[in-house]
Amino acid sequence: MEQMRLDLPDFRSGDTLKVHVRIVEGTRERIQVFEGVVIGINRKGSGTSFTVRKVSYGVGVERVFPLHSPMLDKIEVVNRGRVRRSKIYYIRKLRGKAARIKERVKTYA
Amino acid sequence: MIDGMIGKKLGMVQIFDESGHAFGVTVVEAGPCTVIQKRENSKVQLGFFEVKESKVTKPRLGVFKKAGTVPFRILKEFSAEDFDSLAVGQEIRADIFNPGDVVKVIGTSKGKGFAGVMKRWNFGGGRETHGSRSHRIPGSVGQCAWPSRVFKGKKLPGRLGGAKVTAPSVKVVDVRADENLIFLKGPVPGAKGTIVFIRKK
Repeated sequence: MEQMRLDLPDFRSGDTLKVHVRIVEGTRERIQVFEGVVIGINRKGSGTSFTVRKVSYGVGVERVFPLHSPMLDKIEVVNRGRVRRSKIYYIRKLRGKAARIKERVKTYA
Repeated sequence: MIDGMIGKKLGMVQIFDESGHAFGVTVVEAGPCTVIQKRENSKVQLGFFEVKESKVTKPRLGVFKKAGTVPFRILKEFSAEDFDSLAVGQEIRADIFNPGDVVKVIGTSKGKGFAGVMKRWNFGGGRETHGSRSHRIPGSVGQCAWPSRVFKGKKLPGRLGGAKVTAPSVKVVDVRADENLIFLKGPVPGAKGTIVFIRKK
């Protein structure tokens, strides 16, 4: 599929991303940045999506982005985290110190 | 132009439109179909899905021998406006459709087996709780002393699916004639890998 975005960086669960999203307001278009931890990637070919979680003013916020959406301007990888599973949903129940993710030093494949 | 062709449903994927909205499309491998026979009333018979000679009956094989083509599993007649310019053995490709066209898609729906009235006829069913013992049953099927019988055509459980279904208006999103692919907006009847007929409206 030529619609697939191959320009985006490689990332995995536990990584912290800055997702730049195009937002259309009437005729104007602006870019909003959503920064948070990837808690899962739902791999489905051209329908792949990923979930990013952040804690904003004490409230957990999660957003699901279609990976190949033309509305994604760019993705920056802020931090690579070391986690042991591909879906880190358990992080929703953790607060404060427990919710930290260690940085990944070793690079895989 | 010929008014339709034979295809194989490959499955569904998600794609994006210009404004960034995602929607589901069905990918159909459409053709290439071969003209097998020219009939009366500007009808042409198309063949699709090449098979071994041993897979078709001997009378059928004669049809392909006459046309000088390899045997095909599926034969279907379509009407053609440019009937005179079509020749036996000619290939029909997916480029007879254009993005934006609205087509009919005819397929065989997925078989559901022996289904109850809730699945088959969208009956409401009974209460799930509060002591109710009628959960998915059809309820009353008629009156009493008159007419002393159940009316014909009463909606009851039975075989569901596995029948010919027409999706009456399906939009063509994209056509890739070089890859023999057609992208249709939304679902079309049938399981993956089944034969569908795509007709112009």
